[in-house]
Amino acid sequence: MIEPGYKVAIGLEVHVQLSTDTKLFCDDSNEFGLKENTQVGLVSLAYPGTLPVLNENALEMAIRLAIACNSEIPPITLFDRKNYFYPDLPKGYQITQDRAPVAVGGYIPVGDKKVQLTKMHLEEDAGKSIHTDGANYSLIDYNRAGTPLVEIVTEPVIVSAAQAGKVFSTVRKLVRYLEVSDGNMEHGSLRCDVNISLSKTETLGSKVEIKNLNSIRFVQKAIEFEIKRQTDLLDSGKEVISETRLFDSVNNSTSSMREKETLNDYRYFPDPDLPGIELRKEFIDRVRNSMSLTPWEAQHILKTKYLLPDYDAAVISEEKELFKYYCTAAESCANYKLLANWIMGPVKNYINDTGDSDVKFPFNPEKMAELIEAIDRGKVTKNAAQKVLFPEMIGTLRSVGELITDLGLAENKEDELTLIIDELSNEFPKEWSLMKSGQKKLIGMFMGQVMKRTGGKADPAKAKELLMNKIG
Amino acid sequence: MLLNGELSCTELTRKFLNKAVLNQNNAFTKVFEDEALQRAGEIDQKIQNGKPGRLAGLVFSVKDLISVAKKNVTGSSKILQGYVAPYHATVVNRMLDEDAILIGMTNCDEFGMGSSNENSYYGPVTNDNDKNRVAGGSSGGAAVSVQEGSCHLALGTDTGGSVRQPAAFTGLFGLKPTYSRISRYGLLAYASSFDTVGIIANDVADLELVLQIVEGPDGKDSTVYQGGKSSDKEIESIAYFRQALESEGLQEEIRENFQNVIDRLKSEGKRVEAIDFPEAEHLLETYYILTTAEASSNLSRYDGLRYGHGDEVEKAANLIESYTNTRTEGFGEEVKRRIFLGTFVLSASYHDAYYTKAQKARRMIRDKTLDILEDFDLILSPVTPTTAFGIGTHTKDPIEMYLSDLFTVHASVCGLPAISLPTGEDNHGLPIGIQATAGDFEEEKLLNFAKYLSNLGS
Repeated sequence: MIEPGYKVAIGLEVHVQLSTDTKLFCDDSNEFGLKENTQVGLVSLAYPGTLPVLNENALEMAIRLAIACNSEIPPITLFDRKNYFYPDLPKGYQITQDRAPVAVGGYIPVGDKKVQLTKMHLEEDAGKSIHTDGANYSLIDYNRAGTPLVEIVTEPVIVSAAQAGKVFSTVRKLVRYLEVSDGNMEHGSLRCDVNISLSKTETLGSKVEIKNLNSIRFVQKAIEFEIKRQTDLLDSGKEVISETRLFDSVNNSTSSMREKETLNDYRYFPDPDLPGIELRKEFIDRVRNSMSLTPWEAQHILKTKYLLPDYDAAVISEEKELFKYYCTAAESCANYKLLANWIMGPVKNYINDTGDSDVKFPFNPEKMAELIEAIDRGKVTKNAAQKVLFPEMIGTLRSVGELITDLGLAENKEDELTLIIDELSNEFPKEWSLMKSGQKKLIGMFMGQVMKRTGGKADPAKAKELLMNKIG
Repeated sequence: MLLNGELSCTELTRKFLNKAVLNQNNAFTKVFEDEALQRAGEIDQKIQNGKPGRLAGLVFSVKDLISVAKKNVTGSSKILQGYVAPYHATVVNRMLDEDAILIGMTNCDEFGMGSSNENSYYGPVTNDNDKNRVAGGSSGGAAVSVQEGSCHLALGTDTGGSVRQPAAFTGLFGLKPTYSRISRYGLLAYASSFDTVGIIANDVADLELVLQIVEGPDGKDSTVYQGGKSSDKEIESIAYFRQALESEGLQEEIRENFQNVIDRLKSEGKRVEAIDFPEAEHLLETYYILTTAEASSNLSRYDGLRYGHGDEVEKAANLIESYTNTRTEGFGEEVKRRIFLGTFVLSASYHDAYYTKAQKARRMIRDKTLDILEDFDLILSPVTPTTAFGIGTHTKDPIEMYLSDLFTVHASVCGLPAISLPTGEDNHGLPIGIQATAGDFEEEKLLNFAKYLSNLGS
């Protein structure tokens, strides 16, 4: 991807829409997806004489993010106005943080790398402009105006499209763990601006910004395109212009925004309507003590306490719900790896099959532990557990022990299996003798028959052992 | 002020209304005749039932820059023609909750920007003493509504002297409280870090009572602080600025009047000292840089899209044209001038040279002023360089007009409380006032001083 000799520097600005009940500076509802212009009180519409009042929950969520990323939280945080005219910006300025954001520095761990953060700040979102092709007007939905956002800004330390994608997906995981956002990219709860520059030297090249990417794939595609475009330009001795570009998801390409829109002087100045907020140690400690763990902490627990391999730890820590399910089940069973296999297999499949946005488990983790114990102690074969017991456990209050008995899943005795194998050798004499004379693929056929006749309850290893014994 | 059982609220309101509806000085932009009378009737009933609010019988006006529900609140601007406010400002709510009677809304300089009430979509307000002269501004209508006898008391706003200067021009008491003492919720913002709700009355006791009622924390304005230092301590020491009395534009009769007050105070045994305050030189520029910067941002919301004057939106060929037409048509000259100036001082290339520097100057001036107030109870100054001037005499030169704020902007730049009180008349019988400034939340000191000085007589 990256031509030798070139150094690429990528920084992300991730916008996290906070899942507070109300907006950042007034008590209008912050619910997503309601009818246009129904969450628009006087403050949202910037009626003359109205004033902003900070939503403390939003501040707390920002602090959670800051703590999770080991950022420095300054003793006082300030709000500023960013002035520009656009119809979906009711006040003619956006309240944001320029001088003293809620967090400075910190990092997001991605694999072995710590991706350094520049800062995080709180700001309000604008409304949504809806431009209809061919119409001589535009429509505006002000529902989103005033929605709380945290912008997480990384240093330009990301070196590839794949890494950028990982940073973005890690942020998504983080905001869901901390319950500060649903992280829904389709709804725009998580959006990303990419800054990228290519250079042949140690100094950074001209910065190109790609705005408003709302999927991990788009982030990667946009970066791949930009690396190629900038490489081609530099290879042919041309200059890369520092500008803002838009991503076209149909062609996986970027194109220049009109210059006019990028040449804004935002005339930042302190918002006199919002006094500075002291971030006292007691407040930060209270947030710290009441907040959930981070995905990387979860991963660490899986690796150290439950001794899971990296891959398992990564998969299980993907969703906090899954992680919690694992931990609860692990309290009551001994074979952590077996539990991990079941969670990554049948449980995850079940979630994916039933899943909309809410995670639905087949049954509670205590039952899961019973199941693992039963398998681990040889009370039921893995095969029977997976094919028969697991589906039967869904939606019943009966214990695993009862189900094993009632469904006749107790592991087949050897003589039963021997009997079945005898029967088979009589029924299929031709195949039997071919197998005996060395046609190994027929083993599979007889194994299949054994499983069929035992209703899948037989332990395949045991059955195979008996089969091999019989043919000598 | 309250009725001694002689007049009912209805009779009193009728009496005020008779004057107000004539609108002889153009003080009102609207008078609420029917509603005021109906409300007066209700309050008479409450008085009979023995449960009147603390302001029962007080008739007041509200500057047309403060939100009153269901009324066309305009800031005396064309750009808000047709805008019906859906809510009451906090101060209005607090007045009405205590059974005050709202008689109407008063004319002002557009969005509070002006010192003569000549920058109004509704035309100038005339001074009831001499209809060829201005009422002062920007709360000119507010002052005249009391001066002409249309109400007991007026709620105005004071960003750089807008309550104190017209009060001085009309011979009334005008109080600008400490910044953040009274909620600004519902006040159409001009310069948010300077704007205050001010009160004008011809009786200090009214100012005192109303301040108690409207002040204090409000969940809708996060800048309001609980303050209020009560102090029964007599005023012992007073400072005044030597340069103020030496300033060139100061009318001779005002200088004499001021000197008389000082002499009188000295003869009463007060410690009165002339001190140097070289920082005063930077007051006007500090004030105009910061207020115009904030104004340029505060007035951005008037784009014709959601409320107010927006006829041009439909006619415009594109977005830029729609903005340009709406705002060109909707704003008056002075407002445009201040938006330009504010946009300029905030722009990237000039931000540090003007805005940042002015902020530093503001902090320095406040610190120096607080140092003075460590040594003295009050700072005394004239309110205005001249008495009420003729209509049209300053309109050609904005700088000349800005100079009339010379004495009042000091308290505004510092966020300190100040009162303007009448102390005499010039040779034309026009009122002269004097201004006292105190420390943060020391309004009570100012009110006590106003009472004291009034009782001294001349």
